[in-house]
Amino acid sequence: MSALEFRGVRVTYGHGRSAQLAVDGVDLTVRSGTTHGLVGESGSGKSTLARVAVGLAAARSGTVTLDGADITGRSAAARAARRRVQMVFQDPLAALDPRMPVGLSVAEGLLATGQRLSRTDREARVHALLDRVHVDPRRAGELPATFSGGQRQRITIARALAADPAVLIADEITSALDVSVQGVVLNLLRELRQDLSLTMLFISHNLAVVRYVSDEVTVMRAGRVVEHGPTEDVLAAPDDDYTQELLRSVPIMGQPLDLEDA
Amino acid sequence: MIPTLRRTLRTPQGIAVGIGLLVVALVAVFGELVFGDAATVRTIGERQAPASLAHPFGTDDLGRDLLARVLVATRLSVLLTLGATAMSVAGGVLLGVVAAVLPRTPRRLVAAFIDMLLSFPWLLLALFFSVIWGATATGAMLAVGFAGVPVFARLVNTLAASVASADYVHAARMVGSSPLRTAARHVLPNIVPPLVVNTATHASVTLLSFAALSFLGLGVQAPEYDWGRLLNEGSQRIYLAPMAAIGPGIAIVLTGVVFALLGELLSERRSGGRAGRAQRPAAAPPRQDPPSLDAVVDVAALRIAFRGPGGELVERVHGVDLHVGEGEVVGIVGESGSGKSVTAMAIAGLLGPDALVTSERVAFRGIDMTRAVGAADRRTLGLEQAMIFQDPQSSLNPALSVGLQLREVSETHARTPRRVAARRAVEMLRLVRIPEPERRLRGLPHELSGGMRQRVMIAMGLMGRPRLIVADEPTTALDVTVQRQVLRALRDAQRSTGAAILLISHDIALVSGFCDRVVVMRHGVVVEELDARRLHEARHPYTRGLIACVPDLTTDRSRPLPVLDTADEPALLEETRA
Repeated sequence: MSALEFRGVRVTYGHGRSAQLAVDGVDLTVRSGTTHGLVGESGSGKSTLARVAVGLAAARSGTVTLDGADITGRSAAARAARRRVQMVFQDPLAALDPRMPVGLSVAEGLLATGQRLSRTDREARVHALLDRVHVDPRRAGELPATFSGGQRQRITIARALAADPAVLIADEITSALDVSVQGVVLNLLRELRQDLSLTMLFISHNLAVVRYVSDEVTVMRAGRVVEHGPTEDVLAAPDDDYTQELLRSVPIMGQPLDLEDA
Repeated sequence: MIPTLRRTLRTPQGIAVGIGLLVVALVAVFGELVFGDAATVRTIGERQAPASLAHPFGTDDLGRDLLARVLVATRLSVLLTLGATAMSVAGGVLLGVVAAVLPRTPRRLVAAFIDMLLSFPWLLLALFFSVIWGATATGAMLAVGFAGVPVFARLVNTLAASVASADYVHAARMVGSSPLRTAARHVLPNIVPPLVVNTATHASVTLLSFAALSFLGLGVQAPEYDWGRLLNEGSQRIYLAPMAAIGPGIAIVLTGVVFALLGELLSERRSGGRAGRAQRPAAAPPRQDPPSLDAVVDVAALRIAFRGPGGELVERVHGVDLHVGEGEVVGIVGESGSGKSVTAMAIAGLLGPDALVTSERVAFRGIDMTRAVGAADRRTLGLEQAMIFQDPQSSLNPALSVGLQLREVSETHARTPRRVAARRAVEMLRLVRIPEPERRLRGLPHELSGGMRQRVMIAMGLMGRPRLIVADEPTTALDVTVQRQVLRALRDAQRSTGAAILLISHDIALVSGFCDRVVVMRHGVVVEELDARRLHEARHPYTRGLIACVPDLTTDRSRPLPVLDTADEPALLEETRA
């Protein structure tokens, strides 16, 4: 059972006086086997937080732990532990090497497990993973350009799964996709949660999407957590003004937008 | 890849380069075999002969045929060029890639070292190296080769740095791929294409460098000879026998041009080849009935095609009818590739020359948009049409003040005096609720947030007397709370001017909440038109699917989302490719 915990995480960009505080002392716990939604607007620091967890950004202070083990810093132990947290990016086209067949990209994920697999074993794993995300495994030799946006995003999910992650971070993974494709990807995540009891940190600016996939939700603004709790509670009766404003801003199908106090 | 190559080779330039390379290669390989004798046989009686039929370039001071010598010299000249280029590229790739994968501090040091080397002129470096290695052919090759290293190191470093910041490299890092493995697997393959292009171009420069060095007496030494040396010898008699110098000059220029053309050809192929220019329709199709005057937009049977990568026509909009009445707020909804944006661009007359548009009618307030628009009509369009694009970062000119860009509309099209225009600009910014409008007008666009810029764009449209505001995904790049502010500005603009709005979006909930009427497009066809308040009466399965597949705040979380059965859709794929 695995839990991802952020404690007092602060991240700054830049040096000296021009340094910008991107994340300002955030505490957040992604409980084992649950999906935790992280909502906020651009610049709220939600993506930066995710990048700290996978080692793409460094925290100025605070800790990130996975099952109690520190996963920040440069020590070999932290690095190895960090590989158990994998991230899926927003733009699947940018997240796949345009010159690498998708099967090899997925196989790259297997590196994280540290196992040395024979060629046939590796191919079998890639085959199973592509099948798992409903991409035809016979197309493993093709380049990313020949797949549609939704298929590409499912391939990057397969690569993340190949690393056998304890926690999967999904950073705005449907916002570059068409709505019809978004549904397919969300359903896939749902399926994976049930079958693999995946622990997930799901980042999005879309409240409706977060609500659909998350058990708990955290709302961030300007680098701080403004509200968090079980999804249904937070969205049904938000305490914070900002959360209320967010909720009011979501367009509802077939209802005129309320623009009076915008 | 292969068909593109074949197509590239069939262009006139491709044929020229192919023949040129073949000739150079043949002469380099067989030149000595065929012309070796003629190039070495001394005929004292014919010393220093000027150009004649027997000796087209004349003879040298030992009576050797110069044409034969130029041809034989091809091998040495080309080999030296290739050798030096190979050294430059290999050294540059090594240095550049190492610089890109190192940790931050050493990476900066190496980059600074490359910059320092770059600031030395190559000739100075070459002279310096030829002092070290002596004035021999090998010395010259090493000198020119090393002198080219910083150029490639810099290029590779820049290319590698851009690849190294790509998400797929981040993903590789996350799974624990070592820097060396990442460099070999991801960085190198992705920088090869631009590198190849530059190598070909650089070869042409290298050839000239050799000619220059040998000409200066620092390169190839007698009895060996290359083109530069022949040029040197010939130049001493240039007034008596000009061909003795011009001959090797021709060889240098022709070979240099072949290399340079090869580089250009490769770079064109990389950018997908030259796009064939689509033709305008030959004759305007007959109009069925005159455009109605009470309509702001009147479009009938609009078809838009673009030239595909292979030069074939790809039709993206297949006969769309659209009608927007005075003051009406209409939304076009569709997914990527549905043709919604292209349709809007055609209405605004903003399609480039590569678009092939045919229609029974595209009219804006009675102005026929299918023909070239006259000066008077263009002014009307400038004043009465406003356009708001998706990307707020690129819609305003970053170098001009906000005020100047706002005033431009009325000053250009309505010849409004500057002071009046400035006053109106303040009013309009106030209307779209931009705080401190006077100060904002003096500022530059980068001081504004994305939402503010979109509101400035709306204000810009209001500077004329807009009858139609076309907003193409105006809030897609913005946060939801900012989206509300922009939509509010759009609504206020509509209320204060009575202009019609054409809102293009992929978000059916947003469109239905903002518009009176919703037009659903898919694959270049209008599938359904609906009253925005009666979405639940949608009949077309696509519209119903589109409504159902978007989760909202009441969606049942315990069930999978309904999926449009076309989600894995070959058509979508085809659009992504196009």
